[in-house]
Amino acid sequence: MKKGSEPIFHIVKRDVAPWYKSWGVRAIAIIAALLVCGIITTLTTGLNPIKVYATFAQGAFGSARKVWITMQNMSVLLIISLALTPAFKMRFWNIGGEGQVLAGALATAACMICLGDKVPNALLIVIMTVSALAAGALWGFIPAFFKAKWNTNETLSTLMMNYIATQIVAFFTIVWEVPKGSFTVGIINSSSNAGWLPQLFGQKYLLPIVVAAVVTASMFVYLKYSKHGYEIAVVGESEKTAKYVGMKTEKIIIRTMILSGALCGLAGWILVGGINHTITTTINSGQGFTAVMVSWLAKFNPITMIFTSFLIIFLERGAGEISTSFGLNQSFSDILTGIILFFIIGCEFFITYKIVPRKKKTK
Amino acid sequence: MFDIAAFIPRAIGQSVPLLLGCTGEILTEKSGNLNLGIPGVMYVGGIGGVIGAFYYEQNAAATGNFNPLLAVLIPLLCSFALSLVMGLIYCFLTVTLRANQNVTGLAMTTFGVGIGNFFGGSLIKLSGADVPSIALSKTSSCFSAALPFAEKLGWFGKIFLSYGFLCYSAFIIAIITTLILIKTRVGLHLRAVGESPSTADAAGINVSKYKYISTCLGCMIAGLGGLYYVMDYASGVWSNDAFGDRGWLAIALVIFSIWNPLIGIFASILFGGLYILYLYIPTGMDYMEFKELYKMIPYVVTLIVLVITSMRNKKENQPPASLGLSYFREER
Repeated sequence: MKKGSEPIFHIVKRDVAPWYKSWGVRAIAIIAALLVCGIITTLTTGLNPIKVYATFAQGAFGSARKVWITMQNMSVLLIISLALTPAFKMRFWNIGGEGQVLAGALATAACMICLGDKVPNALLIVIMTVSALAAGALWGFIPAFFKAKWNTNETLSTLMMNYIATQIVAFFTIVWEVPKGSFTVGIINSSSNAGWLPQLFGQKYLLPIVVAAVVTASMFVYLKYSKHGYEIAVVGESEKTAKYVGMKTEKIIIRTMILSGALCGLAGWILVGGINHTITTTINSGQGFTAVMVSWLAKFNPITMIFTSFLIIFLERGAGEISTSFGLNQSFSDILTGIILFFIIGCEFFITYKIVPRKKKTK
Repeated sequence: MFDIAAFIPRAIGQSVPLLLGCTGEILTEKSGNLNLGIPGVMYVGGIGGVIGAFYYEQNAAATGNFNPLLAVLIPLLCSFALSLVMGLIYCFLTVTLRANQNVTGLAMTTFGVGIGNFFGGSLIKLSGADVPSIALSKTSSCFSAALPFAEKLGWFGKIFLSYGFLCYSAFIIAIITTLILIKTRVGLHLRAVGESPSTADAAGINVSKYKYISTCLGCMIAGLGGLYYVMDYASGVWSNDAFGDRGWLAIALVIFSIWNPLIGIFASILFGGLYILYLYIPTGMDYMEFKELYKMIPYVVTLIVLVITSMRNKKENQPPASLGLSYFREER
């Protein structure tokens, strides 16, 4: 080798990094990302950086109502992220969360509109829940079936299912539009409140939070302690090993995706029945994609996901506040979220690998 | 009556952004990088051109001389530069830092769409227009200038000669990419990197260099698709989110055309046609809702093709073997 062409360092894979080291690296990355975001915000708004961070916190925690909304948004995102997690652990890249949520939302809205005044409210809510779960499950089942049967690329098939769901919702939006020609459904059953999910303890933001807490706990147990969870982990690590030890991988793939889809459907059920009481094609505002990142950032650990979903929502609300108070448009938050994600994604490198400087040769 | 001479030019106009996105993504995927950030890159490419054109038009209005050559070159260079930056971000994260490609790609899409809509929105505010869009009609007329004698040739001219130069470039780029991939040594090395990076590495090919160059070039080609959409297809009008989900459709097209840009040409024209078919199916005012169902057709067709190609499972129609995986030399 030529003199001087030798690299000055080389890269070595670490053993498992101790938790304080890995979290330390992540914390540094987040701080660095926030600094960069602060600089960029200062450059675009001409505001002093400290005020930027204050506005950020204001957006997420400025008032009691804002705290509740932050918690509520976080819960919905958390449910979707948890829904995608078992599939990801199986290395099934389900980026169809968006479509599965929409399917659940559509089923919920359909029940509310068609059965609104025909059945008692309690029964209606049961029907809504079941049909939302079933619709989401169906939307998860279709790509899973293709994957299990013919090994169809799931990233693309789930992606296509998103757009199919969007168009079906667009179709029904026009069928149900109120008033005619408005292209929106409007608030469903606004006078009778039929099918509106009940408020827990008189607090209208509480229900999603409770559901999210239950789903988080059960997903943690399911993945960590159940036989299914173990099978998912084995299929994810090596499909051949799973086949060799006699697991029915097709069945596991389909079962896991049905679960994944059904939970996404549950998120749709909350969005329509509990929060918005209407349906639009953008009701989920891209959270199916955001959830992929939330789940991955948490290394598919349901408990860690609470923090990662909080982080993303905090950023979104903070950046949203900056956009409104300085007359920037809402997309500003996407830019900031993107930058922060780049940093967190990049920092994983320093957890998995370490850089060793080249030792000076002794002559 | 179904007017085929009006339909085909529109379908081809729709197909160009898809084709450019698809060609760029094929080049990227051949190196083993699955770049799901293409939708974001296309937005960034589009807004890059818009920013360049906006300032050039303002400058030209102030000084009074408008040079068509510069009006094309400046947006083109801005678009290339911004897409290149996106490509470099992706490469740095996935090749140098070996991050997960799916997650990086999705983050890039969030980021890129954000950049497009944010700067688009800011420019709209700067221009002080009443409508939420920027019209760059002067620049656009340079981009979409067709051959002068095209109009005299009737339907022939309409179908084959009525497009701006970017449209022809898209087809030429697709053909050149295919030739490079199949006929040259560089193409052979690139495919080797995508199929088995460790083998390529052992053969003395610089894996990182190939991944970087092909992904960045791919991003620049895809960014050109965004530029074409704004400057030519939308006649220089940028409005937020107008580009829609074409980026995702371009990624789907890669599968549809089984990693061959030549097939991509025909597939993209087919998709372009399917994309606007709903405008040509008579529904009447009472059944507006069915238009929404017709818009579903391209996605359903893609899904069906995806399933059929996987059912047939032919060896030459498969994705590059190391697609989506990062390469680390010391890993076994």
